[in-house]
Amino acid sequence: MSVIRHVGLKTINGPIIVLDNIKNASFDELVKIHVENGTTRQGKIVQIDGERVVVQVFEGTQNLSLENTKIHFTGKPLEIPLSTEMLGRVFNGSGKAIDGLEDIFADTYRDINGSAINPISRSYPRNFIQTGISSIDSLTTLIRGQKLPIFSEAGLPHNKLAVQIVKHAQISGNAGGDNNFCIVFAAMGVKNDVADYFKTKFEESGALNRVVMFLNLSNDPIIERILTPRCALTAAEYLAFEKGMHVLVILTDMTSYAEAVREFSSSKGEIPGRKGYPGYLYSDLAQIYERAGIVKYSKGSVTQIPILTMPNGDITNPVPDLTGYITEGQIVLSKELNKNGIYPPVAILPSLSRLMKDGIGQGFTRHDHKDLASQLFASYAKVHEIRALASVIGEEELSKTDKAYINFGKLFELKFLNQKDYENRSIEQTLNLGWSLLALLPKEELDRIDAKLIEDFYGKVKVI
Amino acid sequence: MLDNRIFSINGPIVKVKNTKDFSMMEMVHVGKNKIIGEVISVDEEYTTIQVYETTTGLSPGEFVYGAGMPLFATLGPGIMSNVFDGILRPLKDMEKISGSFIGIGSNIPSLNLNKLYNVSVEVSVNQHISPGEIYATCQETESIVHRCMLSPALEGGIVKKVASNGKYKVTDTIIEIEDKNKNLVEITLCQKWPVRKTRPVKKRCKISKPLITGQRIIDTMFPIAKGGTAAIPGGFGTGKTMTQHAIAKWCDADIIIYIGCGERGNEITQVLEEFSELIDPRTKKHLTDRTVLIANTSNMPVAAREASIYTGITIAEYYRDMGYHVAIMADSTSRWAEALRELSARLEEMPAEEGFPAYLPSRLSQFYERAGYVQTLSNKEGSITIIGAVSPQGSDFSEPVTQNTKRFVRCFWALDKALAYKRHYPAINWMESYSEYDEDLKEFYNENLGEDFLNMRNRFSNILAKERDLLEIVKLIGIDVLPDEEQLIIEIAKIIRIGFLQQNAFHKYDCYVTLEKQKCIMKTILYLFDKTLDLIRKEVPFTILKDNGIFSKLCKIKYEIDNENLERFDEYIKEIDKFFKEQADNISLH
Repeated sequence: MSVIRHVGLKTINGPIIVLDNIKNASFDELVKIHVENGTTRQGKIVQIDGERVVVQVFEGTQNLSLENTKIHFTGKPLEIPLSTEMLGRVFNGSGKAIDGLEDIFADTYRDINGSAINPISRSYPRNFIQTGISSIDSLTTLIRGQKLPIFSEAGLPHNKLAVQIVKHAQISGNAGGDNNFCIVFAAMGVKNDVADYFKTKFEESGALNRVVMFLNLSNDPIIERILTPRCALTAAEYLAFEKGMHVLVILTDMTSYAEAVREFSSSKGEIPGRKGYPGYLYSDLAQIYERAGIVKYSKGSVTQIPILTMPNGDITNPVPDLTGYITEGQIVLSKELNKNGIYPPVAILPSLSRLMKDGIGQGFTRHDHKDLASQLFASYAKVHEIRALASVIGEEELSKTDKAYINFGKLFELKFLNQKDYENRSIEQTLNLGWSLLALLPKEELDRIDAKLIEDFYGKVKVI
Repeated sequence: MLDNRIFSINGPIVKVKNTKDFSMMEMVHVGKNKIIGEVISVDEEYTTIQVYETTTGLSPGEFVYGAGMPLFATLGPGIMSNVFDGILRPLKDMEKISGSFIGIGSNIPSLNLNKLYNVSVEVSVNQHISPGEIYATCQETESIVHRCMLSPALEGGIVKKVASNGKYKVTDTIIEIEDKNKNLVEITLCQKWPVRKTRPVKKRCKISKPLITGQRIIDTMFPIAKGGTAAIPGGFGTGKTMTQHAIAKWCDADIIIYIGCGERGNEITQVLEEFSELIDPRTKKHLTDRTVLIANTSNMPVAAREASIYTGITIAEYYRDMGYHVAIMADSTSRWAEALRELSARLEEMPAEEGFPAYLPSRLSQFYERAGYVQTLSNKEGSITIIGAVSPQGSDFSEPVTQNTKRFVRCFWALDKALAYKRHYPAINWMESYSEYDEDLKEFYNENLGEDFLNMRNRFSNILAKERDLLEIVKLIGIDVLPDEEQLIIEIAKIIRIGFLQQNAFHKYDCYVTLEKQKCIMKTILYLFDKTLDLIRKEVPFTILKDNGIFSKLCKIKYEIDNENLERFDEYIKEIDKFFKEQADNISLH
């Protein structure tokens, strides 16, 4: 397609510019904007009305003037250069290298919007990833190719948890001997400190040369924030499906991302939906999350751990709500557990891994895993009921069984949930720990476990 | 026609200026890739088109071609056990063309045009054939016979020529008929039908048979009828998809249409894998042989999501017209409603509640009204049952999609987050759910399971309702203060919850339970209840009775006895008898 140049804008509104008298522009096309002061910015076409074209500018519109701004239509959508050289490098939200080194030598270019994986080309994820964290491994098991977000709040140790998962997952990922594990890290609207924290931690664990970083910090332009996860996932898909690597993608913070989408939507004058977010937020988020998975004809996999901070801890806020509808479960962190000094403060009851049922048990973890997990959930749920009762009538008045539950609950939190950030528990250890806790309850209370398993394990495993 | 060019593009909405060539709802091909679209509004200045694929790379000035007919589905042998996208393009063929990722502008025929079917012709020369009448049959899959009917869009006429029985492709002419204007019409094995138009039937019949799902809480407590409608609302993680999978696997419909509308890609993969391994307990054939999957995952184009629901129900009507009982799983109708909202916003229509268009209720009701138990044009009985999942925003059932759906369905299975947190599955809340088919199905239950079935069901409901009230008190003062009779109710309700309402979809005996076994479990639980109550009234302390182990044994009875060996329930009855006889003897001793 021919390349068009054009001088002058019609209007500028927030991150959006409007041009008139444009012929042959195509939808979603990348445009380059040459500013008076000699710098170049990028944008893409978001609407075409006859000869009027609406462009969103990635780097923001400050210093743009109606006249003297030159526009250059490239004739293709935004593509980023890809190659295995990306490992160990740092890029900005639109895929430009910002670590002071030269641009990478591209093996190929890809449209950052990607295309949907054909559902019948997917293979169903079944490989268990051992994170070394009891609460996750036993109760919300992470599966290779899954998208499992962490729902957190400001002030909770979600970053620490993410680093721990990466560190241990890396170990189990490399256990097979093939050194094909890598991490794609996308920061959207996070503080400089947070980005640094991840960088230092990756460095400490010696993984930095296996990490691709895409950084859009909280003072970077918001349109670029919308591109950041797309660039990161394009890189991840390339590494996974073309280079056969197991890629773990960390996206933080999805709430900032969604807010950027909202800000952009309102500057376009779109009709707002719930809490001002546009009606298409679901489809928009899905285009990001659905890029996790395993494809039949490739060895690699894309596993996503998006992190989002729930405003005011509200899980019904549109961002966690819509995320939960798309992702395959969620790990919810609890303020209360954190206050009690429990790390990682995983709130067991609202947490869930949808792919867990097919990735645990005989042949994956251990044959008693399913029943044990189900029983731990049910018993811990009961603990909450009994605690509520105890707060009314006092712990002294509880029946003998109920007191056993209170004791179980306390030790469950202290011994099972709680662990050090360097502690890497094997699945065997975790499951045994679970059994030794269940031994605190009377046998009749274990209504989720097969009689045979109770016979084999109940009271026979001593760890505590 | 050649002069129609794209004027404006905004996401999936494309406009053409100053043309009168297009009619409302006409199917069009847009741009050089000829991607499929549909005309959704026409005025003097603009014709507005919604496009079923991504518009990336589309430019103004590219041509738009009209297809001359509304968005249609090609119906014929080859649909069954296949996987399609929202506008009925087979995903397997798309994979062959564009690989693991979906490409743009793949115009692939819905049916395999090269496959040969063993056709037997059911009409003879000079016979009159009317619309909807069956003229040929062929074995489509192991469990489904495909009956080709004269399209209801045609007028019918005299059969002039018939092919001999043998192997034919879907586009081969099977019969020729002469209509009343003396025109010869060639009839092949397939037909086209506009997806937004309801296929006609002879008459709608009274609903009287249940759709048996093998799920206790549904079949016993909140039954759905063949030809009925049900909604499953629930927040994320409450098990909407799990419940739908369970019903799709085990219900006694002949055909399942599973519409994955704006949901996860891996779920479609899971259905594909699981269903190809599982065997239908009734026909002993593979479940995939009776299943059609329509997949528009959440990252596939949004306009096709809107169409996928109509594509699905059109296929369902087509098979219903052959005389089959069809069940549709729509997962999730909220995503469909959101697709409507998204398109409506792009059209700058005036929003009603929460940004949803004002026509949301009418679209929902049009969809659910396509369900029903009917007599077809060829005088067969068939039915369509619709089971729609609803994903309320923020798990709030007062949002517009849940509320409007509730008005148009007669079965409401409310999923409860609190139950899901306790891993009580299916997490159907027994206090909030209801079924309006109770009355319609009464006769069936009384005839097939005896009159005590419904009595026992009602007793179950009463016990559960009483338990709820009692638990309010227990929360304040603890259980030990309650009188024995009330403690018994709480204890029995616990058995009902764990031993009856909870159902383990992964257990070999528990995933599918016959109505007879459901009745046996109910009977055994109530037997224990009556016996214990009897003794409590004779002033035997409940604590003694409770500790006998039978209570916890009944919770697991569902795992112990399979559907074929119901006589084993007698062992439990005997055990209860034995224990209570001892207790009664004890009293008389004192």
